[in-house]
Amino acid sequence: MNRLVERIAPVGFGAAVLAGWQIAVWATGTPTYVVPGPWDIVTAYAASCGELNAALLSTLTVTVAALVAAAALGVVLAVAMAASALFRAAIQPWAVALQVTPLVAIAPLIILWVNQAFAALVICATIISFFPILANTAAGLAQTPPALLDLFKLNGASRWQTLLLLRLPSAVPNFLTGLRISGTLALVGAVVAEFVAGSGGFASGLAYRILEAGYRLEIPKMFAAMVLLALSGVAIYAALGGVEYLVLRRRER
Amino acid sequence: MIEVGGVSKVFENGTVALENISARIEAGEFLALLGPSGCGKSTLLRLLAGLEAPTAGAILWAGGRPKAGEIGFVFQDATLLPWATALDNVVLPLRLLRRARGPAREEAAAALAQVGLGEFLAAKPAALSGGMKMRVSIARALVARPKILLMDEPFAALDEFTRQNLQADLRELWRRTGLTVVFVTHSTYEAAYLASRVLVMSPRPGRIAADFASTVAGEADRRDAPSYAAFVTEMSHQLRLVMPVRERAV
Repeated sequence: MNRLVERIAPVGFGAAVLAGWQIAVWATGTPTYVVPGPWDIVTAYAASCGELNAALLSTLTVTVAALVAAAALGVVLAVAMAASALFRAAIQPWAVALQVTPLVAIAPLIILWVNQAFAALVICATIISFFPILANTAAGLAQTPPALLDLFKLNGASRWQTLLLLRLPSAVPNFLTGLRISGTLALVGAVVAEFVAGSGGFASGLAYRILEAGYRLEIPKMFAAMVLLALSGVAIYAALGGVEYLVLRRRER
Repeated sequence: MIEVGGVSKVFENGTVALENISARIEAGEFLALLGPSGCGKSTLLRLLAGLEAPTAGAILWAGGRPKAGEIGFVFQDATLLPWATALDNVVLPLRLLRRARGPAREEAAAALAQVGLGEFLAAKPAALSGGMKMRVSIARALVARPKILLMDEPFAALDEFTRQNLQADLRELWRRTGLTVVFVTHSTYEAAYLASRVLVMSPRPGRIAADFASTVAGEADRRDAPSYAAFVTEMSHQLRLVMPVRERAV
């Protein structure tokens, strides 16, 4: 299969599905409040694009803030765990426990405890997204080549020097892999938190618009918001993948 | 210069790697540690470097234990930092020793020139061949002007042509600088070509089975000299004697 066909195939498949969907909706006369066709979704987006774009921006702001917080938290915890076996033994089970507890179960408490809506949403999204960064960075820190550690030791390197000049740079590829996984999780976290917070939250994110449109039976608008979320998720994943590729390629060439 | 006195090493899993090794390493000699795989040659090298402590016995240095940077170590693989240039890789030991940045870079550049890589200061490891990476690794081991250079089968993974070139350059470097070198190898040819003295070690638990002063004459035509072939034969014979019967029968 040549490259051009490979590029076109997903687009062609998507277009075929959309066309089939539109035809099925027209042919069966399904009302838009049950299943809207792609065209209804596009017109719904066009009708309220200002509102939806603002909501997207709000959700993405929470996502990015949470991802930055998750990166900082994940790296700091990974370094502390690499530096101290006691700290690792004490923290690891709790980090796993926090990771496996469903966010929907914790989110109401966080929203109750944290008065500031934006902060509450960011905390929820951080909780769900920091773990891949922590786990990957910790694995990277643990995989430092032993011969290089010996070399540092022979030249009297301090722990600080070993961390800054060897362990952390060695863990960069693992960190970037974690970051890519965490990016989409942060978006999921932001949406879940907005759902749980409902009108008591920031009241401006895409999840809130989905809830609101659902209550008002504005199903095409609901779909439009979902499409925006799906596209954002893909864009975040692709962007972080691009960052990973560029950083790793630049650094070893 | 270094007195290895009755050194044994038993690992935590009970493996006896070295048993009662005694040897004297003289300043300025090129000592090859020759033996089959798993005989504890590398362990002895790590003990000399102070990377591990002997279970029994002691290693005494004339003038006291070497300080940080006084031991140059070359590993089996080049083990360079993949994200750093050749120059930054060679500067690394001086940086760790907290030497001034400007002179450190000059010394690193000089060390790279010494191993024939003066044109490749800005190249990253991915852009270098296996032999060039090993040259960077040797420059890195020499940059802090160590008292002794410890090498752990550094050329084992290289192709024959590259290996012979590096051997010739290493021997030349040793003759020029008078550095003390301890070189681990399992090749009699390599030991015969490089060393001024060869310690043959027996399989595990490692003991010193024979101690040869090199009888190879000649420098430029060293590999072609009859004395080289004779020395290889002598050491090969000794290696066969120390191998277990099972291995000898094969």
